Amino acid sequence: MAMAEAAGPTLAVSGLQAWYGESHVLHGVDFEVRPGEVVTLLGRNGAGKTTTLKAIMGIVGKRSGSVAFAGHETIGLSSDRVARLGVAICPEERAIFSSLSVRENLMLPPRVAPGGLTLERIFALFPNLAERLASGGGKLSGGEQQMLAIARILRTGARFLMLDEPTEGLAPVIIRQIGHTIAELKREGFTILLVEQNFRFAATVSDRYYVMEHGRIGVAFGNSDLDANNMEKLHVRLGV
Amino acid sequence: MIFGHAITAQQLFGQLLIGLINGSFYALLSLGLAVIFGMLNIVNFAHGALYMMGAFVAYFLLHELGLNYWWALIGSPLVVGAFGALIERTLLVRLRGLDPLYSLLLTFGVALMIQGLFQNYFGASGMPYAIPPQLSGAHNLGFMFLPNYRAWVIGFSAVVCFATWFLIEKTRIGAYLRAATENPTMTRAFGLDVPRMITLTYGFGVGLAALAGVLAAPINQVRPGMGADIIAVVFAVVVIGGMGSILGSIITGFTLGVVEGLTKVFYPEASNTVVFVIMAVVLLIKPAGLFGKVA
Repeated sequence: MAMAEAAGPTLAVSGLQAWYGESHVLHGVDFEVRPGEVVTLLGRNGAGKTTTLKAIMGIVGKRSGSVAFAGHETIGLSSDRVARLGVAICPEERAIFSSLSVRENLMLPPRVAPGGLTLERIFALFPNLAERLASGGGKLSGGEQQMLAIARILRTGARFLMLDEPTEGLAPVIIRQIGHTIAELKREGFTILLVEQNFRFAATVSDRYYVMEHGRIGVAFGNSDLDANNMEKLHVRLGV
Repeated sequence: MIFGHAITAQQLFGQLLIGLINGSFYALLSLGLAVIFGMLNIVNFAHGALYMMGAFVAYFLLHELGLNYWWALIGSPLVVGAFGALIERTLLVRLRGLDPLYSLLLTFGVALMIQGLFQNYFGASGMPYAIPPQLSGAHNLGFMFLPNYRAWVIGFSAVVCFATWFLIEKTRIGAYLRAATENPTMTRAFGLDVPRMITLTYGFGVGLAALAGVLAAPINQVRPGMGADIIAVVFAVVVIGGMGSILGSIITGFTLGVVEGLTKVFYPEASNTVVFVIMAVVLLIKPAGLFGKVA
């Protein structure tokens, strides 16, 4: 990675507001993700975590404020242009296309930069997918869908990944596999913004955390702040 | 002896041939409608008028520019397809996200305007378009004479229909289209320019209509009303096959052409209504159409 890029944050969000139709969901979100970091957005249901990812991607109804990616302001760009800058999303609903085969789903996102994972690497991370290539996208189990949704964005060369609740509703063995994958991607220098309800999972892979409340960032902390006293406060905030 | 009159083999095969010819046009036109409906979720009422434009462009290419039938086969779909893309960019794009009824009304208005303009300049009567010399003549198959041009129309339509099906169901471009049909927001968020795909898809569907128009020019005359005549049946075909189903529109198009032809042999009085009767029956039994998925 070039020094100039390494200097500034990969993603800098400030004063981000977003609306779904008439309802005002984000009320000025501020945070940043630095190169090579795994940052997790925590918070209760409805706090605005998923909307924050969607607003960064440009797929909410209306947004304002600033979203700078690698120094480029993207708030005025359409989602396809944001994607082409190297931002990739793995949405909460996984968005596997049922009218496409597994192979077609995997090959759908166009390359946006050189250096994406090869299919061999992807199948080494997710061996199940290699066996299901010819299946219809709608025929996969929940775990396979999640693997495909992650695998799909690794091919493209995007170096900044947004993963929305990748462990939701999955069996422990698959959660571990996804944890290994995130750790491996981090080692390779990917920058990751994670949304999780499952703090125990997030703590195994994250460098820093932001807790969202009512469409804003409530509190920020890092792994070093995680002593028993702070954990208590965190549990209160997350309502767990 | 059925319904009181003798049927000769000549009659039967003759009507079967006409049925297949009509079926070719139904298939090409309903295929274009299905492609457009799948991607844009609009019922393109301008389809018949654009089919008529396809025939007129072939006529102009020949008489104004001296470009023959084979050039028209390529040029007319390109010209009319580009015109369709312009309609999408300037008009239909403004109705995106609104009730599909609005775009239905818009395309209906566009159809009336196009047809009115052509009628104003060229009158209601037709202009002849000669069969290309390479395809004139006929073959004696023993049981009937098969005009070469008609054989060409049936074969070429079948090839175009198959190629379109293959493009959409089996290629990478088709995967993009299917993805954008299923979930345009996420397809765009993966970096694909969905609005441009929508414009090109509309242009492609319109191009198929224009291609059918070129094929029809030497068979029927080139007339401003030719689209309005065929489009009602084509919409019935689309309803029977199921809105948006690619394979369904092809199979239904050819089949109903043949059914119509056979009806002319066995019970001519019903030949103009048989398609609509089938439509009513299908709607009662399978409201989503024979190949349609229930939404």
